[in-house]
Amino acid sequence: MKSLLSLTAIAVALAAGSAQAQQLSVKIGVMSDMSSLYADIGGPGSVAAAKLAVADFAKSNPNVKVELVSGDHQNKPDVGSQLANQWFDVDKVDMIIDIPNSGVALAVSQVAANKNKLFIVSGAAASDLTGPKCNANTIHWSYDTWMLANGTGKAMVKTGGDTWFFLTADYAFGHALERDTGEVVEKNGGKILGKVRHPLNTSDFSSFLLQAQSSKAKVVGLANAGGDTINSIKQAAEFGIVKGGQKMAGLLVFASDVNALGLQTAQGLSLTESWYWDLNDANREWTKRWQTERNAAGKFPTMIHAGVYSGITHYLKARVALGGSPEGKDVTAKMKATPTDDVLFGKGVIDEAGRKRHDAYLFEVKKPSESKHPGDFYHLRATIPAAEAFRQAKDSGCSLVKG
Amino acid sequence: MEARTDAVSAAPPVPAASWRNWSEPIAFAVMVALLALAPMYFYPMFVMQALCFALFACAFNLLIGYGGLLSFGHALYFGWASYLAAHSAKVWGFPPELAILTGTLTGGLFGVVAGALAIRRQGIYFAMITLAMAQMMFFFALQMKFTGGEDGIQAVPRGKLFGLIDLANQTNMYVTVAAIFLAGFLLIQRVIHSPFGEVLKAIRENEPRAISLGYKTDRYKLLAFVLSATLAGLAGSTKAIVLQIASLTDVDWPMSGEVVLMALVGGLGTVFGPVVGAFIVVAMQNYLAQVGQWVTVIQGVIFVLCVLLFRRGVIGELAAYMRIKL
Amino acid sequence: MFEIFGIPSTALFGQLLIGLINGSFYALLSLGLAVIFGMLNVINFAHCAQYMMGAFAAFLLLNLTGLGYWGALIVAPILVGIFGIIVERCLLQWLYKLDHLYGLLLTFGLVLIIEGVARNFYGSAGLPYTMPESLQGGQNLGFMFLPNYRAWVIVASLTVCLATWFVIERTRLGAYLRAATENPTLVRAFGINVPLMITLTYGFGVALAAFAGVMAAPIYNVSPQMGSSLIIVVFAVVVIGGMGSIMGAIVTGFGLGIVEGLTKVFFPEASNTVIFVIMAIVLLVRPAGLFGRRA
Repeated sequence: MKSLLSLTAIAVALAAGSAQAQQLSVKIGVMSDMSSLYADIGGPGSVAAAKLAVADFAKSNPNVKVELVSGDHQNKPDVGSQLANQWFDVDKVDMIIDIPNSGVALAVSQVAANKNKLFIVSGAAASDLTGPKCNANTIHWSYDTWMLANGTGKAMVKTGGDTWFFLTADYAFGHALERDTGEVVEKNGGKILGKVRHPLNTSDFSSFLLQAQSSKAKVVGLANAGGDTINSIKQAAEFGIVKGGQKMAGLLVFASDVNALGLQTAQGLSLTESWYWDLNDANREWTKRWQTERNAAGKFPTMIHAGVYSGITHYLKARVALGGSPEGKDVTAKMKATPTDDVLFGKGVIDEAGRKRHDAYLFEVKKPSESKHPGDFYHLRATIPAAEAFRQAKDSGCSLVKG
Repeated sequence: MEARTDAVSAAPPVPAASWRNWSEPIAFAVMVALLALAPMYFYPMFVMQALCFALFACAFNLLIGYGGLLSFGHALYFGWASYLAAHSAKVWGFPPELAILTGTLTGGLFGVVAGALAIRRQGIYFAMITLAMAQMMFFFALQMKFTGGEDGIQAVPRGKLFGLIDLANQTNMYVTVAAIFLAGFLLIQRVIHSPFGEVLKAIRENEPRAISLGYKTDRYKLLAFVLSATLAGLAGSTKAIVLQIASLTDVDWPMSGEVVLMALVGGLGTVFGPVVGAFIVVAMQNYLAQVGQWVTVIQGVIFVLCVLLFRRGVIGELAAYMRIKL
Repeated sequence: MFEIFGIPSTALFGQLLIGLINGSFYALLSLGLAVIFGMLNVINFAHCAQYMMGAFAAFLLLNLTGLGYWGALIVAPILVGIFGIIVERCLLQWLYKLDHLYGLLLTFGLVLIIEGVARNFYGSAGLPYTMPESLQGGQNLGFMFLPNYRAWVIVASLTVCLATWFVIERTRLGAYLRAATENPTLVRAFGINVPLMITLTYGFGVALAAFAGVMAAPIYNVSPQMGSSLIIVVFAVVVIGGMGSIMGAIVTGFGLGIVEGLTKVFFPEASNTVIFVIMAIVLLVRPAGLFGRRA
């Protein structure tokens, strides 16, 4: 092990010595859930997105050598922080990206701060990452809970859904989502008629759905995630909730979840995302390449995958601009100072708290009859401009924000 | 408990006055030497994490290997202890030694309650009851505010041991963890060879006979259970301080399964088996993390193979081959 | 309309009915566990994985061969049952002479393998499975809207449970089975092929789990981990009922479904723990379980 490492060190030193002065070598680690709950929203798809980003960047910057490693945090914060430590210390990784699990993301964010390296969150939802638990070495990319709550809550009330009933997963994440959405709804003149807290990983929602049905609320908000969301939507269809005139609003739903439900069941569901593969030609083009890279024609990339691509692209630009091997904090400062621009998210900025800001979209799931090709999931119902889509840095409670 | 006899009595009678009598002390010396050398060759964080799991596996093994009781819910004591240790260190500002003590006592306390219920049934039912109770407490952990739900308790301060030794220093932390592990290990070994341990083994072999000999077997079983839970708690609290995190993974049922795997791979009812098993499993997780995807499948295959072909485990097979006790 | 504890009675009836539907799944699964345990003395941890396999088989049959729900209801359990028979012949049969705990450990390993493989090929988000045309829609019962599918679940699972009970408790074949549980050597001496009976029993128990899986496919998320959250609850059900009797497993399954359903109305936060609390109480009062015999 040791001799192997020193060999690599020699090789690296030789490479550095022989190359021209502007030769830059960067090592990026994609850490994700490769085998479990979140493997579809992040996982191997994120690795594919990272490969595309590196390949595209190499075209315009042939003298930058980018190396990718990937790892599975198995949804265990201790495995994640262990792996991050090892990557930073032993494998000399410069930046870690993705991590679709809030617990692991918070742990790795601290490791990155301790070692003064860099962490770009694309997968995790917790808005605390750029709030009270922010640090100067972490940037949050694709989406967060604040954006989801705000986007769906506000847009639904404006389109007439002014009375709400919440189905909330009974743990910190669900409570936060319910609280944030509830505040937005009430601020915009809506009313919360009731809520019910269900345990995590419940298989049967019928009893909760009956309560939602009898509340007569116009919107049933799903403050849960993953299997719970899928189960509740599936059973809502069975109990005729959407047919009965109530609307379902998923507060954390991904394209892969809609795929899992099928349009027959998911039709009429409202949700917020910051990226959708079928939104414009650039996205469709990229999706084709992603499917080839991922070797999965029937799968569609999520906003997390797009975020990995966009995040790496911007990071590499900053590294080229700075040159050499700068410290993590300097790179984030550079990234914040430079406006972002890439094919998937267009132009955007990163604010003081480390929050990447771009537009968000309110979608409604199509009826099966309206869907023209595989993956044709959504109607675009509203666009929420970048300025409103995310929490203002001054309200974030992040210590990095001055004044 | 026919099965375990073949695993445990694997070590044949040892001829008197041979080096074989010294196999356990020799192995212990080797283990200490390895611990002293390990940080030079391996990533110290990895070794510390593995040591915590090794202690956890030893605690679990005390129950199944010597008491014949398969607990499928040991994550309960391990995980709750780590929560309490993390919370007391972070929120109440306890120094590390008190935080670990708090966690350990939590493990013991839960052990008393859960143990009193579980020992009312034997064998398979015992396993299911412990599993069900662990799952119940998992849901509490998920719902309670102080555990931080999915996020867990992060950034737990390591603090200064006895107000003097700064544990933020990796070497100090390593020595502390190694000391805790060795203390726990020696305690377990002491218990196994004590009269109490002998009664426990008697219960494992034939409970009705132990009862007819006048032993209140329920008391022995409960005491073993509480001891095991307390030591699992010690392992959990130490882990919380080392890794500075307490999270849901540690209370969830796959963790209960993992500790069974560790003990099984190393060798149920052997003294050193769980330690070796823990290192194998943790290494697998950390190194396979880079391979991704197939970790659970590989674990499953190992489980099946161990049950079918290597019921004695690595150390058990070794001991049988060398005709010594380990 | 009158009220009970602030809940309108009509809503309460609805919830009772819902609880009964939930109970059907508990009853089917715990019945399978009890049958297997009775014959093989193995606690089949893989029951949850086999339940998941049933649902996956239904999905695959639909997408690969075009076989719909009704066909899958028969074919999927047979396929998964055959898988069970292979598992029993290749793996489980070597453990009968050992402690029961090894059976538990082996089947736990199987769970990891089956779930892991399913996840690698089909991802974790889940697979779409729509309800058969003929069972869509529902009836307005006045006090609640009852989807036709749920009514079908109750009828089907009650029928299967009672048929199983009848076969085991009231027929000659069942008599052989029960006798073989008590004293396999003696039954063998009568010229009955006991190992074959054991194999088929395991296959049947597994098929029951797969049947429940197919029934679950249209209403629950069909994903690799769909069974693992259920299995522990079913274990608790089995502990409460005691594994002694077939009827015990059925009655406890339905009964606990109702209890859980009521908890979801009065105190939803505790609905996932209530069964474990009941288990603790039963253990204190009747350690052998409600229907169990003290060993």
